[in-house]
Amino acid sequence: MDILSVLLILSCLFLLGSSRLHVAIRVVAAQGFLLGILPVVRSMPDITAGIWILSVSTIVSKGLVLPWLMRVCLRNSEIRREIEPFVGFGASLLCGTGLLALAVWVTIRMRLTQSEAPAVLMISSFFLVFVGLFIMVTRRKAITQSLAYLVLENGVYGVGVGMSLDFPFVVELGILLDVFVGVFLMGNLLFHLDLEFEHMDVDKLTELSDLSESAATAGEENA
Amino acid sequence: MLLPLIILVPTAAGIASYLIRSNPLRRALWFGAAATHLVLSALAATSSPAEPLGTWIGLDALSAIFLVLTSTLFVGATIYGFGYLNREPVAPQPDSEDGSLIKNEPEPVFTGGILLLLATMSLAIVSRHLALQWVAIEATTLASAPLIYFHRTRRSLEAAWKYLILCSVGIAVALLGIFFILMAMQGEHRDLTLAALLQQAGTLNHKWLSTAFIFILVGYGTKMGLAPLHTWLPDAHSEAPSPVSALLSGALLNCAFLGILRMQQVCAAAGMARFGGDLLVLFGLLSMGIAGVFILRQTDYKRMLAYSSVEHMGILAIGVGLGGIGLFGSFLHAVNHSVVKAMLFLTAGNLMARFHTKDTAKIQGACRALPISGVLWVAGFLAITGSPPFGTFISEFTILRATIEQERWIVTGLYSLFLVVVFVGMSAIVLKMALGKSQESPTREPWTTVLAPLVFAGIATLLGVYLPGPLLDKLNLAAQLLGGPVQ
Repeated sequence: MDILSVLLILSCLFLLGSSRLHVAIRVVAAQGFLLGILPVVRSMPDITAGIWILSVSTIVSKGLVLPWLMRVCLRNSEIRREIEPFVGFGASLLCGTGLLALAVWVTIRMRLTQSEAPAVLMISSFFLVFVGLFIMVTRRKAITQSLAYLVLENGVYGVGVGMSLDFPFVVELGILLDVFVGVFLMGNLLFHLDLEFEHMDVDKLTELSDLSESAATAGEENA
Repeated sequence: MLLPLIILVPTAAGIASYLIRSNPLRRALWFGAAATHLVLSALAATSSPAEPLGTWIGLDALSAIFLVLTSTLFVGATIYGFGYLNREPVAPQPDSEDGSLIKNEPEPVFTGGILLLLATMSLAIVSRHLALQWVAIEATTLASAPLIYFHRTRRSLEAAWKYLILCSVGIAVALLGIFFILMAMQGEHRDLTLAALLQQAGTLNHKWLSTAFIFILVGYGTKMGLAPLHTWLPDAHSEAPSPVSALLSGALLNCAFLGILRMQQVCAAAGMARFGGDLLVLFGLLSMGIAGVFILRQTDYKRMLAYSSVEHMGILAIGVGLGGIGLFGSFLHAVNHSVVKAMLFLTAGNLMARFHTKDTAKIQGACRALPISGVLWVAGFLAITGSPPFGTFISEFTILRATIEQERWIVTGLYSLFLVVVFVGMSAIVLKMALGKSQESPTREPWTTVLAPLVFAGIATLLGVYLPGPLLDKLNLAAQLLGGPVQ
């Protein structure tokens, strides 16, 4: 399990430092596989049928179908790389180490009170959550945002497994289904975003903002 | 047996809607499902038996209010929806706002989506298992995102994207909060049903519970439209088709509110009502303030309504946060706000169909051009800003009384100030639109598009002069659930 957790951390650092989108998709797919194995490893040696079903459906959805969908979106658009993020890749990596420290701090705080959760897994899961949020706010491409959402959800899932919270099986499947449909819808919208705006830059989605409107009128008045 | 049907009927009808080709048949099914849902909800609300411990779905006074309310709004939106869809062009046509092409989604997608939205909202309301409720609230986001994108314009696409991303992230944060509730439970038997949580509320670890509350408040608060996490709301509610906007503002925001209320209920049972309450008051005041500022300089009347929803969500949060009679006021206000806001959004749809613009500056003399909708628009403005004789006056005043009784003068001052700001802001916009001369001659409006707003206006007025006994009982019981005074 420690190996899995370390691999999760490494995959995040890789995401932070890489500009090539199809590599990023592959990394997120790998995370899906790792998370799929996680509950099986966690509950060894007595593994119920429910855990197997959950594990397989996690691998199929997060490891295979959603990454495939993202690749289709990527192929339809002309984008290959994430260019000019709001925070550069080197700086992102640096922030990543900061986030890792934050994850360690949160985990230590948690262990002070009560917890039988394995420390490394908790650290890596919180790291996933933080990296997901970080990527979401610092990158321009809409497709990266949906990848970041997947990373965030993976992190939340990891926290759940780490705390060995046995939700009822139906609820677990419901959560998985929600995430699946959510990303699927995002993929669908991405396709239209590409058609309508001929790009997928999120910072150009400003037609509706009240703030930018006022900024524009203020600019005119000044001129 | 009633409750599973309440979820299954709209689900089945929604799935069938995607498959039925014939428009009249599909609309008949839509109406049938809506009417059945209303009857079932009313039956379930009046006959709610005591829940055995550990049930996953069930009704208490609080959820009964929200369920009947949601169902009523849905029937209104359904009837309005027929007129709306008749008006909507089938062939692509340029958008009046920015000239991009409107290529409406096919009607089955609309009908199916709106029925699935009803199903997921019902599940969110009746679930008494916090994680199941989470699944349902996230599912409402997914069911409603395609509805926001109905017109398939750039603007609606942008709105749908922001809605999907922000709400999904928010709700993911809420899931972390739910994990933390489990951490707060001591002992081997960890059960997230509301009954179990309330039973062992005394033994919950306060530190974990407060962490959980913050996460859930931020998460569901995003979905409920509490500032500063409301940024998606004006976009989504203004770009969605009007019957959908009515449901989003009137019904869906309440579902997220209920998620926070359940958490506050657990906190109150654990003796932490004040902790959660203070946070709710803070977020509530912030929402009212921000909404007031943006309403003052608004040029788009649907966005104005959306910001008004942010304001009213703030009022609800303040009422619950204060506790005492504020709880009663808050739940009554939820009912009033939903009815009035749904009516306003439906009326706004009528204005838009007549004038082909959302720009307030381009509309004059609505009362002359649209005799019914114009008058409803002014009446709705008076109702939403809390003027007598409408029900909102009573509920807003009850919350004001709660601030005075508790001698929280800063809250009293800011609350009244923001109410006045919103009143001034909205009156400037609405009166200019409604009054004045219009070049256009009066038109007859089809009954489908005015029936629902008229009925809602009637309910809003009725609630101002007379509270029906059963509703009063439910409101009192609901307030007691969260530690309100026994009457």
